[in-house]
Amino acid sequence: MFISRFYRQGAHTIKNLVKAPALNPRTSYSPVVYNQSIGALKHEFFSSTTAKQDSEDGNEENEKINVTFVDKEGDETLIKVPIGMSMLEAAHENDIDLEGACEGSLACSTCHVIVMDMEQYNKLPDPSDEENDMLDLAFGLTETSRLGCQIIAKSELEGLRLAIPAATRNFAVDGFKPKPH
Amino acid sequence: MASFLKLRWISKSFSTLSSTPLRICVVGSGPAGFYTAEKLLKAHGSVDVDIIDRLPTPFGLVRSGVAPDHPETKIVINQFSRVAQNERCSFIGNVSVGSSITLPELREMYNGVVLAYGAESDRSLGIPGEELADIYAAREFVWWYNGHPDCRNLAPDLKSSDTAVILGQGNVALDVARILLRPTAELARTDIASHALAALEESTIRKVYLVGRRGPVQAACTAKELREILGIKDLVIHIKQADLVTTPADEIEMKNNRIRRRVYELLSKAVTAGHASVPGQRELHFVFFHKPDRFLESDDRSGRLGSVRLEKTTLKGDESMKQVAVGTGVYKDISCGLALKSIGYKSVAIDGLPFDNYKGIVPNLGGRVLANASLGDMQYETGLYVCGWLKRGPTGIIATNLYCAEETIACVSEDINKGVLSSKSVKPGRKGMLELLDSRNTRVVPFDAWEKIDLEEKRLGNLKNKPREKLATREELLKIAGK
Repeated sequence: MFISRFYRQGAHTIKNLVKAPALNPRTSYSPVVYNQSIGALKHEFFSSTTAKQDSEDGNEENEKINVTFVDKEGDETLIKVPIGMSMLEAAHENDIDLEGACEGSLACSTCHVIVMDMEQYNKLPDPSDEENDMLDLAFGLTETSRLGCQIIAKSELEGLRLAIPAATRNFAVDGFKPKPH
Repeated sequence: MASFLKLRWISKSFSTLSSTPLRICVVGSGPAGFYTAEKLLKAHGSVDVDIIDRLPTPFGLVRSGVAPDHPETKIVINQFSRVAQNERCSFIGNVSVGSSITLPELREMYNGVVLAYGAESDRSLGIPGEELADIYAAREFVWWYNGHPDCRNLAPDLKSSDTAVILGQGNVALDVARILLRPTAELARTDIASHALAALEESTIRKVYLVGRRGPVQAACTAKELREILGIKDLVIHIKQADLVTTPADEIEMKNNRIRRRVYELLSKAVTAGHASVPGQRELHFVFFHKPDRFLESDDRSGRLGSVRLEKTTLKGDESMKQVAVGTGVYKDISCGLALKSIGYKSVAIDGLPFDNYKGIVPNLGGRVLANASLGDMQYETGLYVCGWLKRGPTGIIATNLYCAEETIACVSEDINKGVLSSKSVKPGRKGMLELLDSRNTRVVPFDAWEKIDLEEKRLGNLKNKPREKLATREELLKIAGK
């Protein structure tokens, strides 16, 4: 727990360094989204802290939603995720085998998950250009694919079901051929 | 021969021990090597894994391939470091298979060997003039700015001309173009090698041409890298409107490929943005439908590059087959002082290893090495596996290796379950290898020695307001490692 938080903060530090205006000037090609992605990450960080403080006050049930992960073998794990926490973070705190090579800094596609219910998928904010850039490279992309680090728990998402794609099969049989989206 | 006998002896002396683990050696410590090790350790509680690398530093292309201005992509190093710190895993650097130790020796020392040493050479164009000075493989240029010891002294001339031509339009091509064009004040805050930063600060290159044989629909880059280069401050983008006209075959390609469609959209937006040219401003020219015909020598500088001759192409093929570029016999020259060939990497063979020279990979089925390059012959090399670029060719991203390693490890697991690999056949493993290397005066760099290098690089970087100042020679690296 301590270690994962430590690394995450490390990732944030690096991200903020890079996203500093002087180093990565904003342009017409990546306009507002940019801010949104930083905003989302900050939001995630602060609100998960808030959720923790609240839960200490005894409002635990109100502050968490039920999320089910379905792994590559089809086995299900039900976890409780505090409002404001990303699915990547929640998966790691619950020992769910979801990769997270860039630790939530939107630089890889390894935390790719498939939202199993279209209705739930539609409740999510649209992916940013940056998330779409990474989803381009995800294995076994589907209509309801998202990055786990970009899905933030909120009360409307109660009962969310997420599948971890069984990419090995795709890889072995077809090589890398993302499904048309 | 003497050393071989010695090996036999070491082998024998170890066979008296009981309950020894299965010993696997992974060659190469890039993403393919580390993902392989991680998956092996996870799948088998009684397997020990040693990862060896020819460099004193781990992480392969995460250190020497990923661009310095992509620090988020390098975060995966945290995960790899945790693997290296696993008590059943060891990183052993500065060990080169082929010179420090041979592959047959390694296979004698371990129950299994997984080769994951990537692709450290380059495809060539095979056109006249390719031997002129000022022409480099993009890989060499990347290694140079990333502080790889093998390209420390590359010293590309960035001051004799205002123009560089990059052949290829993949992500590596975009990376090198971005490094040439990005304001150096921005690069100064990355972990770019200081020798490269100094050269780039004095660079006179203002115009970069990115040349592709085919059109904007077929450009091999991905949206992230394209978005990034199009967004460089004060950079004027040149794309010919006429090149963006699509054919029905192009439309089908885009319909079937999300990346192609998104890349095309970004390029289309860039052309409509319509920048006015200002003298002295940096320019990026996308040159579609042209292939390199020859390199021409400079008129006034003997042996040096003067220009690149390109032939206009047209696409042949329809929706049912891949569209290919064919020459039209129409040529144009671009004067330049630097040319970078970004047309693909190539793996290098080592002695005692089956190798498919045509494909540039080790012949394999799902990661099991085939004894013969022809796939019709299904004879496997017992206990020999391959992963990453050496297995499937030099394409894909870091995460591709995740799935690639899963596939290779499935083969290893199957062989363990079948008893093909068994710890009953006791191997000397790490201890035996270290003794042999010691007898040959090879100084190895274990992970805790790399951590000293890591700390020193970060300390030096801190002095310059950089995340890291890479030590770029073997001597410096070994000196700090030995402290």
